[in-house]
Amino acid sequence: MSDQLGNKILMDSEVESAIEEVGSGDAQRPGDVRPTTKRLTRRRLILRRFLRNKLAVAGVGVWIFLILLALVGPMVSPWAFNDVDRRAYLKPPSQQHWFGTTQSGRDVLALTMQGLRKSLLIGLLVALISTTIAALVGSFAAYFGGWTERVALWVVDLLLVIPSFFLIAILVTGGPQGSSSWLLLVLLLAAFGWVLSARVVRSLTLSVKEREYVLAARFMGLAAPKVIIRHILPNISSLLIIDATLGIGGAVLAETTLAFFGFGVQPPDTSLGTLIAEGQRLATTFPWIFLAPATVLVIMVLSVNAIGDGLRDALDPNSQSGGKAA
Amino acid sequence: MGKYLLRRLLNYAILLFIAVTLTYFLAATQLNPRGLFEVRNPPLDPASIEATLLQYNLSDRVPIMERWWTWFTAVLQGDWGYTVDGGHVNDEIARRMWVSLRLVTVGSILGIVLGVALGAWTATRQYKASDRAATFGSLLILATPILVIATILTILATKFNQATGVRMFEFVGETGDRGGYPLAGLVDRGQHLLLPTIALTLVGIASYSRIQRNLMLDTLGADYVRTARAKGLRKQRAVMKHALRTALIPTGTYFAFSVATLFTGATVTEQIFTFHGMGIYGVQAIQQQNVHGTVAVTAFAGVCTLTGAVLADIMVAILDPRVRLS
Amino acid sequence: MSLDLNPDHKVRRTQSGTVLSVQDLHVSFPSEAGPVRAVRGLSFDLAAGETMAIVGESGSGKSVTSLAIMGLHPDSARITGSIKLHGEELLGRSDAAMSKIRGNELAMIFQDPLSALTPVYTIGDQITETIQIHRNVSRAAATKQAVELLDLVGIPSPHLRVKSFPHEFSGGMRQRAMIALAIANDPDVIIADEPTTALDITIQAQVLDVLKKAQRETGAAVIMITHDLGVVAGVADRVTVMYAGRPVEQGTVDEIFYSPRMPYTIGLLGAVPRLDADVKEPLATLEGNPPSVVSLPPGCPFAPRCPMVQDNCLTIEPALAPTDKPLHTAACLYSSDIAAENRTYRDIFPIPAIPASPLERLPREERRSVLRLEQMQRHYPLMKGAVFRRRVGTVYAVDGIDLEIKEGETLGLVGESGCGKSTTILEVLNLKPPTGGTVVVFGKDVRDIGSGRERKTMRRDIQVVFQDPMASLDPRMPVFDIIAEPMGVHKVPKAEVERRVEELLSLVGLEPSHASRFPQQFSGGQRQRIGIARALALEPKLIVLDEPVSALDVSIQAGVINLLDELKAKMGLSYLFVAHDLAVVQHIADRVAVMYLGKIVEIGEVSEVFRHPTHPYTQALLSAIPIPDPHKERSRERILLKGDLPSPANPPSGCKFRTRCQRFATLSEGEQQPCLETMPELYVVGQDHHSACHYNRERQVV
Repeated sequence: MSDQLGNKILMDSEVESAIEEVGSGDAQRPGDVRPTTKRLTRRRLILRRFLRNKLAVAGVGVWIFLILLALVGPMVSPWAFNDVDRRAYLKPPSQQHWFGTTQSGRDVLALTMQGLRKSLLIGLLVALISTTIAALVGSFAAYFGGWTERVALWVVDLLLVIPSFFLIAILVTGGPQGSSSWLLLVLLLAAFGWVLSARVVRSLTLSVKEREYVLAARFMGLAAPKVIIRHILPNISSLLIIDATLGIGGAVLAETTLAFFGFGVQPPDTSLGTLIAEGQRLATTFPWIFLAPATVLVIMVLSVNAIGDGLRDALDPNSQSGGKAA
Repeated sequence: MGKYLLRRLLNYAILLFIAVTLTYFLAATQLNPRGLFEVRNPPLDPASIEATLLQYNLSDRVPIMERWWTWFTAVLQGDWGYTVDGGHVNDEIARRMWVSLRLVTVGSILGIVLGVALGAWTATRQYKASDRAATFGSLLILATPILVIATILTILATKFNQATGVRMFEFVGETGDRGGYPLAGLVDRGQHLLLPTIALTLVGIASYSRIQRNLMLDTLGADYVRTARAKGLRKQRAVMKHALRTALIPTGTYFAFSVATLFTGATVTEQIFTFHGMGIYGVQAIQQQNVHGTVAVTAFAGVCTLTGAVLADIMVAILDPRVRLS
Repeated sequence: MSLDLNPDHKVRRTQSGTVLSVQDLHVSFPSEAGPVRAVRGLSFDLAAGETMAIVGESGSGKSVTSLAIMGLHPDSARITGSIKLHGEELLGRSDAAMSKIRGNELAMIFQDPLSALTPVYTIGDQITETIQIHRNVSRAAATKQAVELLDLVGIPSPHLRVKSFPHEFSGGMRQRAMIALAIANDPDVIIADEPTTALDITIQAQVLDVLKKAQRETGAAVIMITHDLGVVAGVADRVTVMYAGRPVEQGTVDEIFYSPRMPYTIGLLGAVPRLDADVKEPLATLEGNPPSVVSLPPGCPFAPRCPMVQDNCLTIEPALAPTDKPLHTAACLYSSDIAAENRTYRDIFPIPAIPASPLERLPREERRSVLRLEQMQRHYPLMKGAVFRRRVGTVYAVDGIDLEIKEGETLGLVGESGCGKSTTILEVLNLKPPTGGTVVVFGKDVRDIGSGRERKTMRRDIQVVFQDPMASLDPRMPVFDIIAEPMGVHKVPKAEVERRVEELLSLVGLEPSHASRFPQQFSGGQRQRIGIARALALEPKLIVLDEPVSALDVSIQAGVINLLDELKAKMGLSYLFVAHDLAVVQHIADRVAVMYLGKIVEIGEVSEVFRHPTHPYTQALLSAIPIPDPHKERSRERILLKGDLPSPANPPSGCKFRTRCQRFATLSEGEQQPCLETMPELYVVGQDHHSACHYNRERQVV
């Protein structure tokens, strides 16, 4: 159980320890108080590295576009997602309906924008909540060690024994139905989504906690929760940022799979997952119902993962994205 | 070592017991088999409903602990219980696990082998065109739910079959009409396996190549690779013999881990290609308020996960001398 | 030894004369901030059997040079100039062509022997691989030779050890295996890149000895890359001093050590604390830091730190030019002035005057006790297993030690890694009861500390400075917050904090305007000063210094040592100074305690213990410290200890040192009996001088 993640842990902790060393190469000149313009700050260095990754930069652009589409799209679209066009059932893309219509005469574009809205919201919320849980559980477990750590690790193992898909499905089936049921889904996805990240946070905290600045804080009498919040979490923040970014895509994909079996967002709500699931049944004959939400979903997840990858490269000075020889 | 393994197994047994028990409580309280009878038309006599439910230990009027104890004592004797219409859960699982195994084995193995090869190769060509292409391809596949991949494959296959007039791809069930020629049965099965195998292989290649590439990048810069070159090995050979060998340890572990989970199948793939495997059984059990089926599937999945963990431990011991001796 | 290191097929192409010739070597790398010009214009010739040392601080380009010669530099590096082996150009050769040379004619020994060996192959496999790459011999023959090589480098029972994996070897043994690997094909040139930096001092002595033996056996030329001038004095025939990628002085070892002509070399030699120093005097300080090789200003790169700097030093970068001796070259416009007046570091560098502490006038007995350890023990359970952890033994990390620090006094705690010195200071800093014995801080037994609040109050008076200036400051905090943090914890009023931080910054020699910067923006020495400022923030009485200068370059180290000396006198501080470098301890400490395997084996007044060591371990330790003086260093008798430090989980019976003791081996069986049975107590051997040996006997080793 404990080894399947070994490689991820290893890679991430190396990334992190290397992150600490950014900027150490360009030491300040002796007793030099003049501001030196040549020296790059860590922030600018990261930005420069990130901008070099074209895929990640494109990902940021796409995300801005998608968020605008989800927020503004429904306002400018001629069709609302629940409008029914009685003259157009199952029509392919046309002037009136850019992405075609469904069997009940709804506009696929309007539906997709509506679904995108919910999927974005689910992705962001789940990533935020699960990364927060992971950060707190992982760092406290590692910092206190002993029983705290063993109990935390044991809970982590327990949550990994049975595929969370089934557990979420059971709870969704038995849970309340209605318009706020998507919140339950968010909580469930977050409740099972933090486990693997918590392990990574823990192993990273284990290495950070032995750093001398943490010892120094302890020996000056700083209370443990303060040590964690002030000294440990900020120093693993790059991991947390990356984890949250990649968590967005993970959550959206998980919702899609659940929705495929009817365990996802419940009507009247709609998400990209529920649209894809509906479209899938007719995909071989009326592919547009399926392809529109599927394409938006893939673009969305791809771009957020590309951003995550770009962040990882930018925060990790070991990656060889250095400039070419002059 | 034997004693150590025994302790480990004991811990896993406890983990499994608690996880399965919790799942039982979850399923028994959240699923509602009584509801299946109550919606029947004409309505059934409440007394006979209760009698049926009692017969199969499914009545929510019996205290949950009592139901659990009845269920648990039966499980200890190898009986996983019945559905409301009298189906035996044991039979279903015994049959379906092999269906799942037949579906996923080839795809999983191809995915790992090709993925590892691709990852190792691209790592040595970091940031060259081939690496970028492979990276983009992997990111694209990983951003696409297998549901979408499989559906697109079926759309393409339909088009292919229509265009050529040959039913090259089959995508409903495990077997279909077979010709009378020798080995026709095998060819028929192969045709049915083709699409799901392509889908699973693509996903496997994408994820394994990412993992292996990152592992390789870590070992490529290792001091011992430099030592190997300083001894007179050419770069390519030093990388293959020293970097790849070390980087294969986590992959080998991961492989061992996933062997056992082959039995639990790939739920989405089973659904799309109509394979009556384990995964889809779990989903149907939840949809049909089948408490015992649900618990049995999750328990089976748990056993597979933990067996995988043990296999992974053993694999590490085989591959890594540092673990072997300590 | 019947070792055939010169197989028949291999014809030595150069019997004497120049083996390797490097001319005008330049190496640069692309980086985020611009091209890193790591090496700029290095030239040297190396003759067979000769040892040349390349000395320099971190970033001086010495390691890049070695990789460039081996052709193992990153692909992005740009290299110009010429590297000729036996008169044949190596630059521009393909990887395949270089592979034939690497490991055969050119061999290399790396710094970190743990990461330099592949973890998944046995030591034997890695050596036989080297042999079989270059020679067409059977596996059995290659294995046989691997055993012989391991025997040559002093690995006990080599026929068994050949099957071991790297992680089963100690650091010293791994480095021996690396040497075996390097000489397996009888190379003509061996490049050793900081081969002993990662090792303990007694192990360093062993490895250097093996390296000399290996050189004798192969007749190879050796390039020794190091920052340790003591090592250079002991092994080198010729020396190249590098600074900011540039060779700044070249000559024979005697010329460099006895008549240096470049101010940097002179300063470096003056900045090293020396074990053979007669009187304790402040070290020469080279102000400032080496420049970044990314954006070099015009002129001499050393000019900003050079006390002799003139206007033209800032415009012209001097080339290496002959000094008063033709083969001794120095890159300084004023080397002839230095030669004419024979100026030493005392004439060139400012030597700060350090006032005596008023406390020092008081006799030791009359001063108050700051810290007292009585029979202090710290045992750890040895745990195994990942899920069910169980106790399988005990680690005797600290096994009953007594020591006392008085007001205004510095106690040096020395020993090799694993001796228990780090555990000792953590035990003191934790302010919690040890597993045995007592810790008394400012007259208060830590067992009597009732509440967390009381413990927190006591922490005010006892502060710590850590070894690694990179790791001891939180990289996400500006300097002001770092220094202010202890005051925040102990509720010092805000207005007071601001004034105090400014005061502290200037006290440790930094500018108050530095307060808003982040630690990454400072060099190692400056960061260590920030760490010291933080420790001083609450005006403590005792500062625990955990190897505070060992991570710093020599030229930086001296400034920090002088600062510590000065602060102690000014503020009446007491130090518990933990170090492995005995020369530093001799320089800064009043008293010294030598630890071995959780026990103090010798303790007393520092000059008494170092001049008249009576415990065999102290003698071995002192004799292992290289002295940066070629004549002294070469005529010294060195005591080489056997093997490695035993595990503190399984210490030997009786005297813990007996398994490695050089004196034990000379005793008769009857005499050995007490050593086998009882751990000797600390016997009085002089005025404030105790030693724990059954056969205490003084021996001169410095």
